[in-house]
Amino acid sequence: MPEGKLCNKKPVSTREELDALLADSNGRQYYAEMEQLDVDSDALWATIQKTMKSRLKTWLEICAHCGLCADSCFLYTVNEKDPTQVPSYKIQSTLGEIVRRKGKVSNEFMRMCMDTAWSKCTCCNRCGTYCPYGIDMGVMFSYLRGLLHSQGFVPWELKIGSGMHRLFRAQMDVTVEDFVDTCQWMVEEAQEEWPCLEIPIDKEDADIVYMINAREAKHYPEDIVEAAILFHIAGENWTMPSVGWEMTSLAMFAGDWEACKMQVETIYSAMERLRPKRMVATECGHAYRATVIEGPYWAGRPDGKPPVECIHYVEWVAEALETGKLKIDPTKKIKEPVTVQDSCNYVRNAGLRECTRIIMKHIAEDFREMAPCKEHNYCCGGGGGFNGIGRYRKQRNIALKMKREQILATGAKLVVAPCHNCWDAIRDLEEEYQIGIKWSFLKPLLIKMVEVPPHLRPEE
Amino acid sequence: MYALLTGPLLWFSFAVFFIGLGVRVVLYFRGLDWRLDRVAYTTQLPYGLKGAWRSVYKWLIPFGTHSWREKPVFTLAFFVFHIGLVVVPLFLEGHVVMIRNGIGLSWPTLPQGLADFLAIAAFLAGVGIGIRRFALPEVRILTDFKDVALLVLTLTLLASGIMAARHTESYMTWLTLHVLCGHVVLLAAPFTKLAHIALFFCTRIQLGMDFGIKRGGMKTNFDW
Ligand code: SF4
Ligand code: SF4
Ligand code: SF4
Repeated sequence: MPEGKLCNKKPVSTREELDALLADSNGRQYYAEMEQLDVDSDALWATIQKTMKSRLKTWLEICAHCGLCADSCFLYTVNEKDPTQVPSYKIQSTLGEIVRRKGKVSNEFMRMCMDTAWSKCTCCNRCGTYCPYGIDMGVMFSYLRGLLHSQGFVPWELKIGSGMHRLFRAQMDVTVEDFVDTCQWMVEEAQEEWPCLEIPIDKEDADIVYMINAREAKHYPEDIVEAAILFHIAGENWTMPSVGWEMTSLAMFAGDWEACKMQVETIYSAMERLRPKRMVATECGHAYRATVIEGPYWAGRPDGKPPVECIHYVEWVAEALETGKLKIDPTKKIKEPVTVQDSCNYVRNAGLRECTRIIMKHIAEDFREMAPCKEHNYCCGGGGGFNGIGRYRKQRNIALKMKREQILATGAKLVVAPCHNCWDAIRDLEEEYQIGIKWSFLKPLLIKMVEVPPHLRPEE
Repeated sequence: MYALLTGPLLWFSFAVFFIGLGVRVVLYFRGLDWRLDRVAYTTQLPYGLKGAWRSVYKWLIPFGTHSWREKPVFTLAFFVFHIGLVVVPLFLEGHVVMIRNGIGLSWPTLPQGLADFLAIAAFLAGVGIGIRRFALPEVRILTDFKDVALLVLTLTLLASGIMAARHTESYMTWLTLHVLCGHVVLLAAPFTKLAHIALFFCTRIQLGMDFGIKRGGMKTNFDW
């Protein structure tokens, strides 16, 4: 069987196809079909020749095999220093081999590559900063994922995920109506406590357009209301678009570059339509990276920037605290020891290491740094799609061990995780290893601490 | 034999070395592609250059980066090895005289004692790097025949040079071997991993630009 019904080289393009995939429990049929999937070596080699230029070619070629990248990878460390987890080895034995064999590889080999690309690398890009040549395995694995995706060798959940982006421009099946309705009823409920609260949809020329992770609309709408309350207290002139509000990209994890482009163009056209001064991105790492860091290139913007200035939520909070738009009640500061998870995606890969420290200075009495921290912090253990792939749950749970050790070493009882993926990983970490910690996004913490100006105080 | 090796053939090897590496550098930069690499190289050039400069100079300083500091012993061996291989050949009196006789260019030379010291230290560091290659499982798994061959070649080059400088009876044999190895290095450089002599700077510049332009360089400097 060259192509399966569920597992094939074609991306999802209809609701029926998506439903068929969703109906396949744990992707059992999907993975069974994958074992029969043909590799189109010619197409694979043609793609490599077209897309693998100086940078990747030289990286593959000049690696000095010095092994300096070994210890930089948390997956190598937590897997008892298994030599097959050395970043350079992982990429040489997969992408390197495909290139050496000019694309003539077997189905079995491609499945091994898939397992390696999605369960032995979270594309956290830490190794790249430890290699003397600056060889970045995170970048190379992301490229390899693209090749694997084009041949249909992609984990079931991510085939679904990028299918969702293709159909709904969101990682979940949230339609425009669902989204607007959710905002409306959430705000109506909150108005009992916050009489003038609103979530302005599609307001033009606002100061801020706020964009989110679809999971907030689908699973934790209270997050949207918390954002609304904080903007309200800070006196911001803000809005959310009815179309183009979702900034995550499971397609990026899947290596489905075409879907990445579709997703990000939807967001950029919302920016162009509403002409806000700035975009504030919710507390999510990969969403920020997809929309702000990589997105401009998918959309073909030569200056490498989105149409309007984009900032992450931690930047907005730090600014609001420093300028006094938000004031913290000193008696309500966090008293217990607290640490912060630096998300690879907006710290190492976007330079936002200071904002969370500024925030901690305002809200915590006993802030403790992880070691290492800032741009040298390790991945939470669940990045790059790892969290969501059932097939690799065991490996993901092992991967959490590094963060467990880092958190335990701080002695902190609370971990602030302003990133959806990191938040999930730390939740799973507590479930799996029970080290007695709590974890939180910033918004619920801020709401408990912030001083409400008299005119906004709910009537008694 | 010796006369031939240090005469016309030498200039041929130099030509291959410089032209070959030059071509590799040009091809490298021409092959960068802002869309495929996802880095706005030209439109954000000032940020890119700042990032490139930081990325190169931090890595040229011993213990200048987190990575170097994390592996102090290897870092020491690495720098001693490379300083010996770069500084000694450039400033050794014998070499400078040869260049002067050939093309008339001249520059200051190293005292022989210091040159000897640097060369011997480099040789020992190289041996250490070789032992590490086999002793550590994480490096052994990466090692292939070419890695070993290149190391043997450079170590032979160093050892024969050190021996030739001793002026013992077998002086001429060592010198011939030394010159021969020198030729192999010059000729092989553009076509093997020795190309890192030039490509190190290229890839470091590229990643520096990547971090300088795209990955936060407009907000903070990356702490290499
Ligand atoms: S640190 Fe860089 S050069 Fe050394 S083995 Fe790893 S990828 Fe190769
Ligand atoms: S990108 Fe991260 S997870 Fe992947 S090999 Fe490098 S350090 Fe390991
Ligand atoms: S989930 Fe968070 S920590 Fe993990 S790779 Fe993504 S951004 Fe980094």
